Amino acid sequence: MKMKVKIAAAALTAVMAAGPALAELVFPSLSYRTGPYAAGGAPFADGYTDYFTLLNERDGGIGGVKTRVVECETGYNTEKGVECYEATKGEGSLVYQPLSTGITYQLIPKASADGIPLHTMGYGRTSAADGTVFKWAFNYPANYWQGASVAINHILDINGGDIKGKKIALLYHNSAYGKEPIRTLEGLSKKHGFELSLIPVDHPGQEQKSQWLQIRREKPDYVLMWGWGVMNQVAIQEAANIRFPMENFIGIWWSGSENDVLPAGAAANGYKALNFHNVGSDYPIFDDIRKYVVDAGKAAGSGDNVGTVLYNRGLYAAMLAAEAARKAQELSGKKDITPADMRDGMEALEITEARMAELGMPNFGPAFKVTCENHGGPGKAAVQQWDAEAKQWKMISDFYEPDMEVIQPLIKADAEAYAKENDITPRECK
Amino acid sequence: MFYREAGDFKTSYIEDSQTFPIRLDRWGYYTIIFIAFAVIPFFINDYWANAVFVPFLIYSIAAIGLNILTGYAGQVSLGTGGFMAVGAFACYKLMTAFPEINIIFHILISGGITAAVGMAFGLPSLRIKGFYLAVATLAAQFFLVWLFNKVPWFYNYSASGQISAPERTVFGIAVTGPHTEAWAKYMISLVFVFVLAWVARNLTRGTVGRKWMAIRDMDIAAEIIGVNPLPAKLSAFAVSSFFVGIAGALFFAVYLGAAEVGEAFGPQKSFLVLFMIIIGGLGSIFGSFAGAAFMVLLPVLLKNVLVGGLGWPTDLAAQFEIMLVGALIIIFLIAEPHGIAQLWRIAKEKLRLWPFPH
Repeated sequence: MKMKVKIAAAALTAVMAAGPALAELVFPSLSYRTGPYAAGGAPFADGYTDYFTLLNERDGGIGGVKTRVVECETGYNTEKGVECYEATKGEGSLVYQPLSTGITYQLIPKASADGIPLHTMGYGRTSAADGTVFKWAFNYPANYWQGASVAINHILDINGGDIKGKKIALLYHNSAYGKEPIRTLEGLSKKHGFELSLIPVDHPGQEQKSQWLQIRREKPDYVLMWGWGVMNQVAIQEAANIRFPMENFIGIWWSGSENDVLPAGAAANGYKALNFHNVGSDYPIFDDIRKYVVDAGKAAGSGDNVGTVLYNRGLYAAMLAAEAARKAQELSGKKDITPADMRDGMEALEITEARMAELGMPNFGPAFKVTCENHGGPGKAAVQQWDAEAKQWKMISDFYEPDMEVIQPLIKADAEAYAKENDITPRECK
Repeated sequence: MFYREAGDFKTSYIEDSQTFPIRLDRWGYYTIIFIAFAVIPFFINDYWANAVFVPFLIYSIAAIGLNILTGYAGQVSLGTGGFMAVGAFACYKLMTAFPEINIIFHILISGGITAAVGMAFGLPSLRIKGFYLAVATLAAQFFLVWLFNKVPWFYNYSASGQISAPERTVFGIAVTGPHTEAWAKYMISLVFVFVLAWVARNLTRGTVGRKWMAIRDMDIAAEIIGVNPLPAKLSAFAVSSFFVGIAGALFFAVYLGAAEVGEAFGPQKSFLVLFMIIIGGLGSIFGSFAGAAFMVLLPVLLKNVLVGGLGWPTDLAAQFEIMLVGALIIIFLIAEPHGIAQLWRIAKEKLRLWPFPH
């Protein structure tokens, strides 16, 4: 017990040593550059930070107020996530993006109680799309259930709209993240008459021999994958080992980065993944990033991730956050906004083609609008395919609309269950 | 000179057998209890509660629980994470099924359910020992995590398998859920730690504890002097699992608020708690606290010094922290294989003789 007091005193001095804050917009980045998911966490965090660095260097911040990114290492671990949240929330953090479904589940009630918005872009709790129950959580522009539906729509497309009797297997990370799409897929399997089989892979997913043996035995027509980190690489390698046709293997957007396909080499050619934003570095904004950030030696991390899929996703997340902050400044008439203003800005966010072009990211993602009821956006996603020879992802489809007829009732039901369990009265949207 | 028995006269058996026979120790103990109960709650904020005190207190309960089994009764267990999961899921099911009953009872009943599960998995200990028992308990760890992942009833059929704690109150004050004040979280953990540590201390120095230690030191000799191994071993499993179950329930309900079985209660949790008692000291209540402090607080301290104080990049600090904590564990175990508790004991011996060591 005495030891505790000493350590506490030392920790206190360390906390005190951190300097006071000036008027600035604080964007915490709960990143993970260590642990089994670091390969995915690092490029995202780099993209997120680099965009704010670019805004500071090129435009002097957002609306004339400098931005500051506070990074905190979570290692994809919920306990460290709690520590990071508590350590950064006092600094005036405007919005949290933890990039982990587990940490998201923990932060939804906490951040709501503290009045800080949470943006879980393409991950987290799907039913957070229901803005009447989840006032402080947002998951635009797409969520897992919409992702599952888009994947099925793509398969429908290939098969001319009829997939009755086809076998589809879902290979998923055995956690909250991987289990998310199951309900939607079950609903869709009833609607379209395909056979669904569920194949879980335990954390971290380095060992998948038995799962792929099962796939070899069951011979599904398509395999969908909800994987993250090292699990993706292993799955693609195993698929190559059993000579599963790669074009019938479709990953969610978290299973479609360069890190996932490069280790399998030429065998990964043709592997498909969903994405809710565009790929490559052929956009005007990347010239600015090179000029103001990378060449100026201000890039986050090692600076070698620019233009990779997950870097682009971090960049996209930062762009949406910055646009929401701009909107919030406009709505509140203040430069130095509070987290509550930020929430209003996020709820009023509208991303148009013209605005994206203005930002140097034409057609980078779908145009969408957030409303009070719908915090989830349109859920459009496209399919990208890996070209092993060129070592590049290529978009092979337009942005598909998800089947909201199946998803909306599920979102409603899950949000209602959450509201009931936590005594929340859904708010009225005018 | 100040730390000595001389002059501290004991006139009754009760005084003679008290936990802290030296006056300075007693004062130290009362001071710490006073600070913990009457000072810290008024100054604690969210960061200190959630990042420092609450995890430390809850891990201390788990470490005391495992220490009873491994340190006192000599039965190695690698199933702590699984038993914590039993406590957490029992608490979740009870909280959601009987919302009108006080959370304190739910936590205690969760401990009881875990004790029953622990006894069931403790049965093999009558036939197997040492490493073999460790492997059997590791099987319990994997089985329990698999069970809570596989059977949707345990997580109330939620879409993702996550369990989250709704708001529950004690005397009208929220202790679980997002609206819990920092001091309330801290106080409920502290009350459980205080009571359980007190129970553990008194169990281990009474008949029950002596039986456990006899079994630990040599089970055949223990049988010859009249210790029945069946009740002795099973009671160790029951008491230990009760503690671990309560730690699991608090860990989920008070500390995290939402948990996912594979991530929060995986095998790494079993090893973490085992490291705590090895570093803290086997067979020592103080050692359980010291080990929990070492494993929980050191990473937080390092992070704050390296990132907050020195401004290192977060990834470098995280990697360095892993290396440094690992190195410290090795150095500790080489320098003092019996843990921090032994260092403390040696320091006390030296203090008694100071300043005339001969």
